[in-house]
Amino acid sequence: MTGRTLLAVAALGAFHGLNPAMGWLFAVARGLQERRRAALLAALPPVAAGHLASVAVVAALVTATRSVTTSTTLTVTGGAVLVGFGLWRLLSRRHFRWAGMRLSTAQVAGWSFLMSSAHGAGLMLLPVLLADPPAGGHAGHLAATPAGALTGLLAAGVHTVAMLAVALTVAVVVYGVLGVGVLRRVWFNVDRLWAGVLVAAGVVTLAAAI
Amino acid sequence: MTRWTPDPSFYPSPREAATAPVEKLAYVAAFDRTAQRPDAIVVLDTDPESADYGRVVGWTDLPHTGDELHHFGWNACSSALCPTAPHPHVERRYLIVPGLRSSRIHVFDTRPDPRAPQLVKVVGAQELAEKSGYSRPHTVHCGPDGIYLSALGGVDGAEGPGGIAVLDHTTFAVRGAWEADRGPQFLAYDVWWHLTQDVLVTSEWGTPSMIEDGIVGELLLGRKYGHAIHFWDLAKRRHVQRVDLGDQYQMPLELRPAHDPTRSYGFVGVVISVEDLSASVWLWHRDGDGADAGWAVTRVIDIPAEPADPADLPDLLKPFGAVPPLVTDIDLSVDDRFLYVSCWGTGELRRYDVSDPFHPVLVGSVRLGGIVARAAHPAAPDEPLAGGPQMVEVSRDGRRVYVSNSLYGSWDDQFYPDGVGAWLAKLDVDPEHGGLTPDERFFPHGEQFRGLRVHQTRLQGGDASSDSYCFP
Repeated sequence: MTGRTLLAVAALGAFHGLNPAMGWLFAVARGLQERRRAALLAALPPVAAGHLASVAVVAALVTATRSVTTSTTLTVTGGAVLVGFGLWRLLSRRHFRWAGMRLSTAQVAGWSFLMSSAHGAGLMLLPVLLADPPAGGHAGHLAATPAGALTGLLAAGVHTVAMLAVALTVAVVVYGVLGVGVLRRVWFNVDRLWAGVLVAAGVVTLAAAI
Repeated sequence: MTRWTPDPSFYPSPREAATAPVEKLAYVAAFDRTAQRPDAIVVLDTDPESADYGRVVGWTDLPHTGDELHHFGWNACSSALCPTAPHPHVERRYLIVPGLRSSRIHVFDTRPDPRAPQLVKVVGAQELAEKSGYSRPHTVHCGPDGIYLSALGGVDGAEGPGGIAVLDHTTFAVRGAWEADRGPQFLAYDVWWHLTQDVLVTSEWGTPSMIEDGIVGELLLGRKYGHAIHFWDLAKRRHVQRVDLGDQYQMPLELRPAHDPTRSYGFVGVVISVEDLSASVWLWHRDGDGADAGWAVTRVIDIPAEPADPADLPDLLKPFGAVPPLVTDIDLSVDDRFLYVSCWGTGELRRYDVSDPFHPVLVGSVRLGGIVARAAHPAAPDEPLAGGPQMVEVSRDGRRVYVSNSLYGSWDDQFYPDGVGAWLAKLDVDPEHGGLTPDERFFPHGEQFRGLRVHQTRLQGGDASSDSYCFP
């Protein structure tokens, strides 16, 4: 995995961390509800764990698959999935919901997993992973599959560390410095931008395959 | 289509909401008691700078007759900022207006022209019945995951149970009954919640046959109307606890939880005690320490009946020789400091300082109307007023209070048999120094409402009973 790929994967992690729907807002609410910053800090690791799981599934699948199948098939399929999913996110008026606020650590991780999956967080990494030179040098061997999956897991890990770092920073700053009033002013419609990024990533992927 | 930035009328916390700009318009649910003409959503000008201040500036008829509009609410509110289902880029623009008698649910769009709400959808009684099993829709609350709508009756001739129907946020289609397990709950009326604590609260009035033709004396003296409130797990949709106030305390109606999401208390008004005709306000609170403690109630306000000459009383009350206060609505200011209590029988609006919720202090009172008193408004000192302060709405900054005078068609006729009339008053409040003063420039009444009765007011941009907050 090249440095450029890791950088791109980390940048996407930062983008995901910035999205209030991906967890930092929940952590801030927890901290304010219990009137202690420790509650905020305690909420974020399970959020990151859920996000990691969601992204790792997709990333490992992609990197493992590309070690056994032709890259064109995978790229075209991946690109099409991205465009389709992005358009669905863009046009759908449904928003993901979670019924409760008082969650155990395991439930927070589960919530984060579902939230990330519903938003297609892992899919967004597709073009970056597909652009990376294949693992193991020569594709086409079944033996390369585990190594390929490992590459995906590495990417998901780097991505999640960046995501957690940004989410933590934003949460602490909003909690301790800015206050939640800032939400009214700076919370732009990330969902729409997010969907746009998904579509663009799909188009780029498809273009690369042709 | 969604917005790029959050709807400016959404506030993360009650403290932020209290800084909201002054409302320019108010929406009022008005109904025709005879069911000959359509009910209407009436628009009032509340901008003191405007030439039309205090006047009716908009009027949208409903498509049918006989709906009996009662309570209504917004499609979206500050709860859209809540972290578990964040979607603050929707707009607060649709009024969800149920017909309590017809069971039809109307959706009005206030965006194209805020002074002329446009009807965009009607959900028929049939759809509500088939999808949720409920009829007689009442309270509307914008939840984080849908629109919650309490309903008093069952369907296919069944009196109950009443419960909560959930409407889709965007299509307003009925998604179904909310309850997964209703436990012993049967009677329904109001609903609200402690959102961040996964707690929902409901109150009890009566089934359709107990209310639609007027209050039934035998049922009241037999203590058959509601006298309990219910606590539910908001996440699991399960009944958790029934708290009985005692069966002499008939009809706990309006629920007003603290706006501060870290607090675990709220107020509920009780219409009448059958032992002495008094009214009361109760505080619900945790019974012990910790977030998992059960719930208990404490009676914190008692308002006695006022002796009267039976000759001045309607038939219903003659045997008692007294006017019951009839607390039919209460409203808690957004900063949780002041509780307004409507005494629809005696014609009084009371203001309590509830900074210490266990020990309310009466700090203000205004007399308007009343079964015997018929107190006039200072803007029309020669006109005796019928009805009394009933639904009370408080502006987000806590400086203006609006009251309308009709309770419910058939009940109006029993308590004010010579006609309840139609009036709406605005009272000015000084939050720092107290005082509760009728605004002489704001008193739409009589002809302005074209023969309809006025039930509830909603303020443009939100008010003290429209929004829930997830951040303190």
